[in-house]
Amino acid sequence: MVTVEDTRVIYVKNVNFYYGGFRALTDITMDFEQNRVTALIGPSGCGKSTLLRLLNRMNDLIDGTRVEGEVIFEGNNIYDAKVDPVDIRRRIGMVFQKPNPFPKSIYNNITYGPRLAGLNNRIDLEALVERSLRQAVLWDEVKDILNQSAMMLSGGQQQRLCIARALAMKPDVLLMDEPTSALDPISTAKIEELIQDLKKLYTIIIVTHNMQQAARISDMTGFFYIGKLIEFNATEKIFTKPDHKQTEDYITGRFG
Amino acid sequence: MAIPSTMRWRYFKEGLFFALVRLSALVITVSLGGLLLYIFLNGFRTVNWAFLTLPPTDSMTKGGIMPAILGTFYLTLGAIAVALPLGIMSAIYLTEYAKQGPIVRIIRIGVNCLAGVPSIVFGLFGLGLFVVFLQFGSCILSGALTLGILILPTIIGASEEALKGVPQTFREASLALGVSKWQTIYRIVLPNALPGILTGSILGIGRAAGETAPIMFTAAAFYTAKLPSSILDEVMALPFHIYVLATAGTHIEETRPIQYGTVLVLVGLVLGVDLIAIFIRSFIRKRKRW
Ligand SMILES: Nc1ncnc2c1ncn2[C@@H]1O[C@H](COP(=O)(O)OP(=O)(O)O)[C@@H](O)[C@H]1O
Ligand SMILES: [Mg+2]
Repeated sequence: MVTVEDTRVIYVKNVNFYYGGFRALTDITMDFEQNRVTALIGPSGCGKSTLLRLLNRMNDLIDGTRVEGEVIFEGNNIYDAKVDPVDIRRRIGMVFQKPNPFPKSIYNNITYGPRLAGLNNRIDLEALVERSLRQAVLWDEVKDILNQSAMMLSGGQQQRLCIARALAMKPDVLLMDEPTSALDPISTAKIEELIQDLKKLYTIIIVTHNMQQAARISDMTGFFYIGKLIEFNATEKIFTKPDHKQTEDYITGRFG
Repeated sequence: MAIPSTMRWRYFKEGLFFALVRLSALVITVSLGGLLLYIFLNGFRTVNWAFLTLPPTDSMTKGGIMPAILGTFYLTLGAIAVALPLGIMSAIYLTEYAKQGPIVRIIRIGVNCLAGVPSIVFGLFGLGLFVVFLQFGSCILSGALTLGILILPTIIGASEEALKGVPQTFREASLALGVSKWQTIYRIVLPNALPGILTGSILGIGRAAGETAPIMFTAAAFYTAKLPSSILDEVMALPFHIYVLATAGTHIEETRPIQYGTVLVLVGLVLGVDLIAIFIRSFIRKRKRW
């Protein structure tokens, strides 16, 4: 029998999460496998973003939050006292709902993280910029304007720049929180296509509001409802023959 | 169709309210304009190149005010040099690091109280601490430190506003790249807040340049012919010079033109600096793209 251990990159084990006294996640257990796209779906407020931000310790930034349980990344619990969240965030990149480039040049947006992580050689940096922008399918559009402000790009381009910026850190995992919800259909299609390419190299976890998007791009889908993981299955199964009635109701649009 | 009387009453109240609002705006504009005009009309004949570049002569009844301009310049510069780093660091602590809670609230109240303390109290504090206890004597250093503390609340306030104005998404973007909190503040938050911090702080310059009481015992000389050669020298200063000429001389009436001339120079400098700040700020606001 093939063990699942080999392929899972992140393993969430009996996690409860609290904002002060409010429990936003209840007893979540799920794993995320290598080179797969896992989609997190569910009505708004059900805890999708909370779970995503739990995986790279971005929730640490909010005062009064508390985690119970374990999040195992490459064999270690990332909530262990001796783990530095800065290291975790270098290995687990994140793309946000609204494109958020820095008010810097396109080039400096990409090199910002790697430079502070100690990469200083100009030739290496240039190669990294090209590689990252190519991976994010933005290179051809911006290769002649690398020194212009990232703020001049369109929303879709900005979001791909943010993806390139995350990829420049050479992470193992890419977290995406509704990355296309602020974009037009054409930019959305581009990014969906891009995600298909990226999964060859990265493990991707994506929150989406859009059921069709989850069906199109993901291998696994988790359905959340009021802080609980109701169903976690292969995407095809979730969208054709879900095990739970609640999942079916949500997917067919009976509530949400 | 007749308008019901309750409605007419409402229109009347509304009209009255707007009239009052307009009137207050008018009163403020007219008094400011009147004040400036009065100063200008009384002072402009005195202010010329020689007045700005020569020291006073004949027991300060003739000559210029150059040492006072220079002294005010040094004091203000020193105050900014003291207050800017301290103020920015306090603001960073308050907005970026400190857990928002009772302690921060108490610090904020403290800062606001500091802003409300009469300036003569700062003068006495400076006298006690810098001049006497630390034995700096009455000099630029003591005056600059005293003025620095005086404008600290202005700088902290301006810096806090500017720091809060930097979108949270920038911080998140940086932290999510595995950049430490300090580097995020240093590389992303501060550069984006700096224009706001500086323009806000320029308003503090006006305050530092214009105050008399804080420098009276800590830095200002009644009269010195020699220009300061170190920060441990006493200096003349514009506001104190005005005060001295208008109250303490034996030639109060004769020196009226010099007094008004000095007032005009001081007001011109302070207003000029404030105008520059306002101009820069509106320029930055227009250019900002987030
Ligand atoms: N910073 C916060 N402080 C307190 N409660 C929060 C915070 N962020 C989210 N929540 C609450 O946690 C729950 C889950 O939120 P979230 O993870 O953002 O949901 P989703 O991304 O699925 O829409 C919601 O009830 C929300 O109100
Ligand atoms: Mg969300």
